[in-house]
Amino acid sequence: MAAWEWIRFVIGGFLLLCGLGIFAIEMAGVYRFRYVLNRMHAAAMGDTLGIGFSIVGLIVMNGVNFTSLKLFLVVAFLWFSSPTSSHLIARLEYDTDEERESHYRQKELKDLETELKTGEKEES
Amino acid sequence: MSRKRTREEYEKTRSFRLKQWVDGSRDPFLDRIEMKPKKPFTEPQEVKERREVDRERMLSRVYDMNRNARLREFHRLYQVFAVLFCVILVVMLLTAVSWLPTVGAEDRPVNNEVAARYIENGLQETGAVNIVTGMILDYRAFDTLGESHVLFTATCTVLILLRQDKKRKRKTNDRMYEPKNDVILQTAARVLVPPIVIFGIYVILCGHLGPGGGFSGGAIIGAGLILYLCAFGFEKTERFFTARTYKVMSFCALACYSLSKCYSFYTGANGIESAIPLGTPGAILSSGLIFVLNICVGVVVAGTMYTFYCMFRKGGY
Repeated sequence: MAAWEWIRFVIGGFLLLCGLGIFAIEMAGVYRFRYVLNRMHAAAMGDTLGIGFSIVGLIVMNGVNFTSLKLFLVVAFLWFSSPTSSHLIARLEYDTDEERESHYRQKELKDLETELKTGEKEES
Repeated sequence: MSRKRTREEYEKTRSFRLKQWVDGSRDPFLDRIEMKPKKPFTEPQEVKERREVDRERMLSRVYDMNRNARLREFHRLYQVFAVLFCVILVVMLLTAVSWLPTVGAEDRPVNNEVAARYIENGLQETGAVNIVTGMILDYRAFDTLGESHVLFTATCTVLILLRQDKKRKRKTNDRMYEPKNDVILQTAARVLVPPIVIFGIYVILCGHLGPGGGFSGGAIIGAGLILYLCAFGFEKTERFFTARTYKVMSFCALACYSLSKCYSFYTGANGIESAIPLGTPGAILSSGLIFVLNICVGVVVAGTMYTFYCMFRKGGY
């Protein structure tokens, strides 16, 4: 039984460390990138993957009970809300950008379709 | 085994590039991820000059100290009163500090019998398992009543300050650029709003059994309503929540709170046994009035949060 406890502790600790590493990367990205969308990409990564790793680590350490169900619900809630909010910020930034053409590479759907078709033809 | 390297050799290594990235002297993502750097905000020369001229005019005409006698008098009085007010405040605060009990004295507020009584007799006297709820809604319910009224007063002030007339509508607004009818947000809201509201109701109803209570649960419900409003717009929310709804809701909650507390103050002051049963501790319908008071506080807080958001966003419901 003690061995089982140790295995759980090691796995949980490893997952927690992974989460902390991702948070560190997120922090570096948020402070070092200069543009809204790049920064947001870094921040959203911490909100989804970092939180996911940390809380899965906590669940593994805690074992299966009511508390771990609550933790799982926290993760589910964050995975719903965080991408939605990042999407809204990105859309607002895109809509209010005054020099959109020079900042983003815009592609129409038709162009993409033709590109895909020609690519397939070249491959075949 | 360290080896001295030349400058050119060092500049080719990866650690130099990392150092550049940390310094911010070179951005490796400039041409790949973002096409062009954004221009910093600059003002044209004309605008700057015009602002300078305006400022000069302002100072010379409106705030002309030499010609405007009343302004001069006011300015002098203002200086005297400012100094006086500061001195009075400093004296008051220092007096208050000097009257504080010394550190470690026996009659310090920390050492009185109130806290011990809350912990020992709280469960029997209030019927709430959560001692904090028993404290704020039973022993110190007067304080919480005041807090609810503060929230209501704050909403009234915000209404007075920010409410817009229907006749005068501004044409340009920052809100025009906001994403509207966003499918992703609507789908997320459709999934998330019901659990959020149910969780808020749970937090309110279980306030006397565990962590939670009216303030936190009301804030959660208010956040759910705000999310729904962001996703679906004012047309959908105005079907069930208007200014009239808010008025009726908060009036009913505050009146219910005041009346029930009047009853318990009356019975408590006259030494009459209260007719409201405390129930078995731990059951959902227990602890007498605390259950009702939690619901009242929750309703007030939820309405206040939602009203604040509406006022700041649109200036009306």
